[in-house]
Amino acid sequence: MTSKVVVTGIGAVTPLGATVDATWEAILAGTSGVHTMDNDWSEKYGLAVDFAAQVDPQVVEDNLKRVQAKRLDPSSQFALISAREAMADAGLEETDPERTAVSWATGIGGVWTLLDAWDTLQEEGPRRVMPLTVPMLMPNGPAAAIGMEFKARAGVQTLVSACASSTESLGHAYDVLASGRADVIIAGGSEAAIHPITLAAFNSMQALSRRTDSPETASRPYDVDRDGFVMGEGAGALILETEDHAKARGAKIYAEVASWGISNDAYHITGGEPEGKHALAAMQQALDAGDLSASEIKHVNAHATSTPVGDIPESLAISELLGDNVGETLVSATKSMTGHLLGGTGAVEAILTVKALQTRTAPPTINIDEVDPKVVGINIVRDTPAELPSGDIAAITNSFGFGGHNAVVAFRSV
Amino acid sequence: MAFTEAEVLAGLAEIVNEETGLAVEAVEANKSFTDDLDIDSISMMTIVVNAEKKFGVKIPDDDVKDLVTVQDAVDYINKAQEA
Repeated sequence: MTSKVVVTGIGAVTPLGATVDATWEAILAGTSGVHTMDNDWSEKYGLAVDFAAQVDPQVVEDNLKRVQAKRLDPSSQFALISAREAMADAGLEETDPERTAVSWATGIGGVWTLLDAWDTLQEEGPRRVMPLTVPMLMPNGPAAAIGMEFKARAGVQTLVSACASSTESLGHAYDVLASGRADVIIAGGSEAAIHPITLAAFNSMQALSRRTDSPETASRPYDVDRDGFVMGEGAGALILETEDHAKARGAKIYAEVASWGISNDAYHITGGEPEGKHALAAMQQALDAGDLSASEIKHVNAHATSTPVGDIPESLAISELLGDNVGETLVSATKSMTGHLLGGTGAVEAILTVKALQTRTAPPTINIDEVDPKVVGINIVRDTPAELPSGDIAAITNSFGFGGHNAVVAFRSV
Repeated sequence: MAFTEAEVLAGLAEIVNEETGLAVEAVEANKSFTDDLDIDSISMMTIVVNAEKKFGVKIPDDDVKDLVTVQDAVDYINKAQEA
């Protein structure tokens, strides 16, 4: 490895706001992005869950021309808007196309495009199915949209591993830069899959919170009364650069990507291994590869989705990883505010981790009335933000996905 | 009820505007879809599908290549309406 990898730009479209700044401000204020949905289908289909964490439709109207928006699935719309913010933030108006790459992610792909086309086929026949249907629904659509916009010719890839997707895409981006195949990479992920089908299906597997009378408190990681996750949507984009390239152009640097870790439970298609053994292996790998010791990790942005079974193994793994230092490390579960952005969640949480290191502020975890007694040891930031220590510190962000995927990215402060 | 030639032209201009963002006034009868309006083949197919829907006509794929100018499309749709 010739150069370190650093973060020089960030962009986000989330249920809490159209930008990183708007999102971060809402996070620090402990705002819930979860609300009862205003649509014409929750009632029509009699959905048990009629709430979610949605992106304000105005964000797309404000940021994309109508003609461009029409040719992109919402997952690509969010992707492009977040990538533009990140590139502008990085001050990268122009890059060398042959040294610029994209490592993007989605968990589900263009589900709205696919099912709208199915409706058209059923109701109006094959002739009315639009010619752009396939490029819009394909999972690599968001990556391709970003790649074309910024002339990224050093490879445009999409990683798909359910809710671990965009943490894996950041890890992959690190590898691309570390192996010298590019100088700049636009990394992240997006999701726009709040659809009657996904809500019905996740609800059938009893994965979703059914707290319809109080959606704002439905996402409550670690709380003893948590009853499932809350669907979210949006995108997060990070500009990763080799340190040499960033320094040569005098770029501001948010944090260093120390390294990353990946493992698989190979255990159950949806349920994580109950002791968190393989999640721990991924975390340990991220530390070891990044030459970090447990005592340097002062902050963890946990995957913690608010499902009854999911939050426990991760907390066990974090305790095991940190050992005697566990009390010194502030753990935040930001899905309590953003909901679960599925394939976009890792990138958004990586951005929040980077912001935490930069501002030395760990985000709150809202909606915890009483910590589940089975969650032992970890020091959860509750209700209001908490200060992180000064000096050289590090943080990790975890993501786990259906299919047994575990991915962890470690960041170092600069 | 059939559309008049002027209505077909105006309707086509709206469809082209919706697909490409080109101003409605730019879609003049003598313009070529590809050379003047810079419409690619996928956009052309989208325009055809929307025109079929709007004017209640059928435009087989094999005939689309003959629709070089906006006037060609107007004439084709007019004729198809009578059929």
